[in-house]
Amino acid sequence: MKNLLNAVVIIALFSACKFNQQKTLPIYGNRSTATKTINGQTEVDTVYQTIPPFKFINQYGDSVSNKNVSNSIYVADFFFTTCPSICPIMQRNMLTVYDAFKADPNFNILSYTIDPKHDSVNVLKKYADKLGVTGKSWLFLQGKKEETYQLATNYLVSKPQEDAKQQYIHDGLFILVDKQQRIRGSYDGTDPKQVNQLIEDIKTLKTEPDQTK
Amino acid sequence: MKLKVISGIALLLMVLLYACQSEDDLEFKRYYTTGNVIYQNKCQNCHGANGQGLSALIPPLTDSVYLKTNKTNLACYVKYGLKGEVKLAGKTFNDAMPANDMASVDIAEVLTYITNSFGNKMGVVTSQQVDADLAKCK
Repeated sequence: MKNLLNAVVIIALFSACKFNQQKTLPIYGNRSTATKTINGQTEVDTVYQTIPPFKFINQYGDSVSNKNVSNSIYVADFFFTTCPSICPIMQRNMLTVYDAFKADPNFNILSYTIDPKHDSVNVLKKYADKLGVTGKSWLFLQGKKEETYQLATNYLVSKPQEDAKQQYIHDGLFILVDKQQRIRGSYDGTDPKQVNQLIEDIKTLKTEPDQTK
Repeated sequence: MKLKVISGIALLLMVLLYACQSEDDLEFKRYYTTGNVIYQNKCQNCHGANGQGLSALIPPLTDSVYLKTNKTNLACYVKYGLKGEVKLAGKTFNDAMPANDMASVDIAEVLTYITNSFGNKMGVVTSQQVDADLAKCK
């Protein structure tokens, strides 16, 4: 009897260990294969969808390209400063993400404005100041409208549209991107629960071997 | 048996007590409840579920002193929006609040909710008061 009990305990312990296995985040987007020859042997590699090169201006007037974040895990969203609908909720939630990781030099938040005509560098700087954002971890980016809209589709965010009232309709999505520029998560930025999940997922992602380089 | 009698009496007392609530109390509750729904639809995105506002961008609705001193202007702010510098809760705000063209009764309900939530306690705002305040909007 005692032996049986011991066996049960041991099995329970083992299965407990299995449950604790490191969770890995999925990799989103289209993927293709690439064939390459290494030492005369043909190997097939998976090529994941990545964020294409971009070049924008941040709230300090500096140029920011994908190279600036090539050593960072980052979260991207699309917004505009005069947005009366969902942006305030998104930014309120993004502030909690910012507060959680602002001390990490290899973490960024990129907020692309979809209204570059109004949201000049000056406007973005004032907006960041009022939001209480300092330093260079949370960047507010301004670029050409068409490029911004195109980039949105690369982040798997639906293309922003203008309705009859010239109001912008857009998703409130937060997109998690890893150091290889691959999309690792997509969260509803208006839902505090999903934003907490994002914070947890960033912590998980940081422990991946590919991300610690 | 005894329990039934006691609970029966208790129930009767509760019904009586409820019926005895003054007309004003009932009106307040009606306004407050509907106001809560309007707040969620029209105000909460910016001002937050707890009226906390957003940093220095969107003012909180928790400054009772400001609300009291501007009591007769609140209806105008809701209906026609607000521009220019506003000082409250120890901060200065300078972004525009959009207009919300609502019926006077809706404004009264949402103001009743706001001025009696988030630590505020200013009593009911009636639609007659709102009409009177709106007539004096600058």
